[in-house]
Amino acid sequence: MSAQSSTWDRRSILRAAAGLAAAGSLAACGGNNGRGDGSGSGKQLVQYFHAYGEAGTEQAIKRYAQAYTKADVTTQWITGSNFESKLFASLLTDQAPDLFEFHPQIQLVRSGQVADLTDIIEPVKSDFNQADIQSHTVDGKIYGVRMIDDPQFFFYRKSMLEKAGVEPPQTLDELIEAAARLTTSKVKGLFLGNDLHAVINPLIWSAGADTLNEKNEIAYHTDGVVEGLRKMRKLFTSGDLLLDAPADFWDPSALNQGLCAIQFCGMWAMPQFQQTLGDDLGIMPFPKVGDAGRPSVYNGGWSMFVNAKGRHVDAAKEYVKWLWIDQKKYQEDWATSYGFHIPPRTSIARSTDKLKSGLPAEGVQLFNEYGHFDNIGWTQAMITATENVFADCVRKGGDPEAALDRCDKTVNAELKKLFG
Amino acid sequence: MSTTTTRTVPGPAPAEPAKARPRRGLRGSRTVAFWLFAAPFLIGLTVFVYVPIGWSLYLSFFEARFTVTPSDFVGLDNYRQILSDTHFTGSLVTFTVFAAFIVPTTWALSLGLALLVNRLRFMRAFYRSVFFLPTACSYVAASLVWKMSLFNGVRFGLANTVLGLFGVDNIAWLANPDPPWYWLVIITARLWLQSGFYMILFLAALQNIPQELYEAAAIDGAKRGWQTFRYITLPQLRATSTAVVLLLLVAAYQAFDEFFNLLSKTTWGRPPLVELYYTALGQDQNYGKGSAGAVVLTVLICVVTLFQGRIMGFGRGEESK
Repeated sequence: MSAQSSTWDRRSILRAAAGLAAAGSLAACGGNNGRGDGSGSGKQLVQYFHAYGEAGTEQAIKRYAQAYTKADVTTQWITGSNFESKLFASLLTDQAPDLFEFHPQIQLVRSGQVADLTDIIEPVKSDFNQADIQSHTVDGKIYGVRMIDDPQFFFYRKSMLEKAGVEPPQTLDELIEAAARLTTSKVKGLFLGNDLHAVINPLIWSAGADTLNEKNEIAYHTDGVVEGLRKMRKLFTSGDLLLDAPADFWDPSALNQGLCAIQFCGMWAMPQFQQTLGDDLGIMPFPKVGDAGRPSVYNGGWSMFVNAKGRHVDAAKEYVKWLWIDQKKYQEDWATSYGFHIPPRTSIARSTDKLKSGLPAEGVQLFNEYGHFDNIGWTQAMITATENVFADCVRKGGDPEAALDRCDKTVNAELKKLFG
Repeated sequence: MSTTTTRTVPGPAPAEPAKARPRRGLRGSRTVAFWLFAAPFLIGLTVFVYVPIGWSLYLSFFEARFTVTPSDFVGLDNYRQILSDTHFTGSLVTFTVFAAFIVPTTWALSLGLALLVNRLRFMRAFYRSVFFLPTACSYVAASLVWKMSLFNGVRFGLANTVLGLFGVDNIAWLANPDPPWYWLVIITARLWLQSGFYMILFLAALQNIPQELYEAAAIDGAKRGWQTFRYITLPQLRATSTAVVLLLLVAAYQAFDEFFNLLSKTTWGRPPLVELYYTALGQDQNYGKGSAGAVVLTVLICVVTLFQGRIMGFGRGEESK
C-alpha cells in the first residue's frame, strides 16, 4: 500500500516537475524573443542596449520608449562583458534587433548592416559636435546618431597623493613611479582595469601615434608605442597595479572602496565618485609617453544604429529621429541625470548646467583639449588584434615588436577587405 | 536498433490471450508503440545532433563569413587554415594539459570521497547529498563565485585573506599568467562541480562488491586497508573506473563555461571549444573555419574514445569486470 502510493507520489511529482520545466521553457521562449505577436498598436520594434552601470538607466530607456506612440518598442538590456559578440551573433538571425546602440565601425556599413541615416540627421547636422558627425560618416553618408560622448581619464584621491608627496603625473614614467609610492599594504597605487585593455588607445595616442592614419594605414606601430608597451609591462609586474578586482575599470568601486589611489575610468562614473569621495577627487588625462608624446583622452560614447536588414527599417528610423533628434529633453536627461556624459548636441551641451562648473567642467575641458574620437575605419577585429598585443606582451611578457607584427598582419588583412 | 527487428518476428511477442478485449487501436501494434516512444528521441537526435554535424561538415568546405548558407566553395582551404593556426593547435595543447590534470584528480577525489562515505556508519545520506549538491550548480554561476569572491585579486578575496594570514602578498589569480595560477582556479572549480557526481557512481559500484570477497580475504590473512583495497576493491571497480575516466575525458573535451568566464580576453588558457567559439562567433563570424575546426575536433574525440575503449575494454560487458 504505502509503497505503491509513494510510487504514485513520486510519479506525480516527476510529472509535475516535467510539466513545470516544459511550461517554464515555453514561457521563456515566449518572453525572450523580444517580439510580440504584432497585434499591439502599430509596429513592434526591438532595440538592444548594453547594460549601463548607473542606477535608473534601464528604466529611463524604457520610459522614453513607452512615451513613443507610433510603435511598440521593446528594449533588450544586455548584461555581461561581451555586448559586441552578442550583438553580432544576433544580427545574423531573424531575432535581430531593429535598432541597436554601438560604436561607429565601417564593416557594419560595408556589409549593409546599418541603414543610412543622413536624411534624419541632415537638418540638425550643424547642431552636432562635428567630430561625432565625422566619425559616423562614410562617403558623405551618416550612419548613426550619437547619443552620448564619454571621455575616459584618470580619477585620483587628492589626499592620498598629498600624503605620499606625489604630484599628478605628467609622463608614463611618473605614473609608474607614483603607483609605486602610493602602494601600501592595503592600497594599490593604480587600477587600469583587470585586463588593461581600456588604456590601449590612450597609450597609442599619448605616444604620439594613432590607430590609423588618414590614408587608413597602420599608424600605431611606432618606436614610441613599443617603448610604451615595455613600460606597461614593467608596471604590470611591479606589484603596484590593482589586478583581479571584483568590478572592472568602468565601475567606480575600486577607487570608492579604497582599493587603489588612482583609477582609470570614465566621465559617466563621476557622480558616483563625487558622492562617495566628495572633494577628495581629481582628474587627469593619460600622461604622455616619451618626449614626442602628448597627454590623451579617449572620447568614447554610444550611438544609435538602425538594422538595415531588419523588418521595420523605416519605423526604426522614425523612432531614432523622434527620440535622438527631436526629443531634446530626453537626450539631456539621458546624458546628465544618471552618469555624466557629454551631450553631442551643442545646443544641449550649452544649456546643461550640471557640466558647467567644478569637476564636470574640468572633464569637459579634458574632452575638448586632449580628446580623440572614434575612427570609423578602426573595426572590432582590429580592436581585438590590439587587445591581443596587450595580452601577449604586457600581461604575458612577450616581445612587443613580435606582438605588433602579428597585429599588423590581422589589421592589414582587415584593411584590405575594407578599403581594397 | 535490435528492437526494430522484433517486428518481423510474428510469434512470441503478443503474450496476451487471444480473447483480450480490443483496446484502443494504437496499443495494438508494437511497431507504433515503438515509434511512439523512440521517435521523440530520434527526432531530437537528428535535428539537434546529426543535422548540425552534417551542416558543419558542409560549411567547412565553404567560405562562410556572416552566413550559414554560403555559396563560395573553397575545398580544403579552411582545414589548411585551421591546422596551421597556432591558436588552434595551441588550444589542443592547452586541452591536453588540462585533461592530464583534471581526469586523474577528479577520478582520485571522487573515489576517495566514495570510500569515505561508504565507510560511514551514520549520516551517510547527509554526506552523500552534501557532496552531490555542487553537481546541480551551473558552471557559469560557479565560475562567477570563484572569480569574484574566492579568487579575486584584492585583499578581501577568500584565497588572499587566507594567504594574508601567513603574510603572503595578494596574488592576481587570473589576470597574471606568470605563474599560471589560473589553472588552480579552473581545476578547483571543476573539481568542486564534478566530484560529487562521480562519487555517486563509485558509491553504487562499491556497494555492489560482494561482501564475501572481503570475508574470504580476511580468512586468507589479507589485512584490511591497503591490501584489500589494492587486490579486491580496485579490481572490482574496474568497469566503473573505465566509464568514469571516459566520461571525464569527454567532459574535459567539452570544457567551455569556466574557461570562457574566468579567462576573458586572454590569448592563453583556451581549450578548443573556446578557441572555436571565438573563431566562429567572434567578430569574424567565420563559420567555415570554425566548422573545419569542429570537424577536426569531432574526429579527434572519436579516435581517442575508440582507442581508449580498446585499451580499457569499455563496453565489453562482463568480460571487463
